[in-house]
Amino acid sequence: MTELYERLREAIADERPVALATVTEGRNTGAKLVVEPDGDITGTLGHPELDRIVSRDAVGELAAGRTGVRHYGAEGQARETDVSVFIESFSPPPIMLVFGAVDFTAALARAGKLLGFNVIVADARSVFATVKRFPMADRVMAAWPDEVFDVYGDRLGPHDAVCILTHDPKFDVPAVKRAVATGAGYIGVMGSRRTHATRLERLHEAGVDEKGIDRLMAPIGLDIGARTPEETAIAVCAEIIANRTGHAAPSLRDGEGPIHRPPAGG
Amino acid sequence: MKEILADLDAWRAEGRRVALARVVNVEGSGPRDPGAAMAVSDNGDVIGSVSGGCVEGAVVVEALDILESGKRRMVSFGYSDDEAFAVGLTCGGTIHLFIEPLDW
Repeated sequence: MTELYERLREAIADERPVALATVTEGRNTGAKLVVEPDGDITGTLGHPELDRIVSRDAVGELAAGRTGVRHYGAEGQARETDVSVFIESFSPPPIMLVFGAVDFTAALARAGKLLGFNVIVADARSVFATVKRFPMADRVMAAWPDEVFDVYGDRLGPHDAVCILTHDPKFDVPAVKRAVATGAGYIGVMGSRRTHATRLERLHEAGVDEKGIDRLMAPIGLDIGARTPEETAIAVCAEIIANRTGHAAPSLRDGEGPIHRPPAGG
Repeated sequence: MKEILADLDAWRAEGRRVALARVVNVEGSGPRDPGAAMAVSDNGDVIGSVSGGCVEGAVVVEALDILESGKRRMVSFGYSDDEAFAVGLTCGGTIHLFIEPLDW
């Protein structure tokens, strides 16, 4: 009786994508199907043809990360509405890669956890890249950007974020170079406008093209007057959200003048 | 539902009977998207949420009723002028919930 629940729970615990289809109206209300990305199913909605069609649709919904109701005929027919099926997608948590083990990193890692990210902090300097300094991170890697991208690069997609806080060309040039070669939805790079201008020259020399440069949110974060590491973390996370939803919000990248100005009317 | 799984596990381990309410559809403005879930145990404990706090109280009543009858069904909450004092979403939307015993 609890096989469906166990199946679902295990996949979620293992951070594997999984979909749960439930008949919410029509014959066999409450019948369920647990669907895995390879089309493997557990349970039944009451008819093999309905199971086949719904599992096919669920694989698609899962890939797109969508959750919602679809309608079918009793035997899975399209354009009929005898049966309503709620297909719920459970995707593994999105990834946030943070480069640079600085004070801003700890605050950003905490804010990233709040948003449900799987947060990985990386810095080549092993004295700084320690679990003790970043207990909130899911993983701390004492590694160069190349090693980090060798592990995570292929996994990055539209919901994932790369935040490069090193503002040291030795680290951020290789990190940016590898980041723009991934499918990450957000790539933010910390530093003043002046730092970024010189960084752009180095990035060009390193062979990063204009398309790659265009993807960079630099200076990182929304222009909300953030100063402290915590405020900056909120500015970065808000920019990540705005970037994903496509809503208009004032990014520092699109403004000009100093990042830190006296408060208005102050 | 993800965020209430750990609590659900604990309730199941204690042998509690549990009703699960999931948002399956939202019309107009609604505070939570499809997939938001709350659960109610047989002694009235609640975990999770399905709105911004507007309808949770009414969901508990429906959930306990469904736990009693065993009859899983759709339950909708909306807002209209006629029902200004009834349970609804002040944001003007309608949410459709599927509530069922967690017997699977």
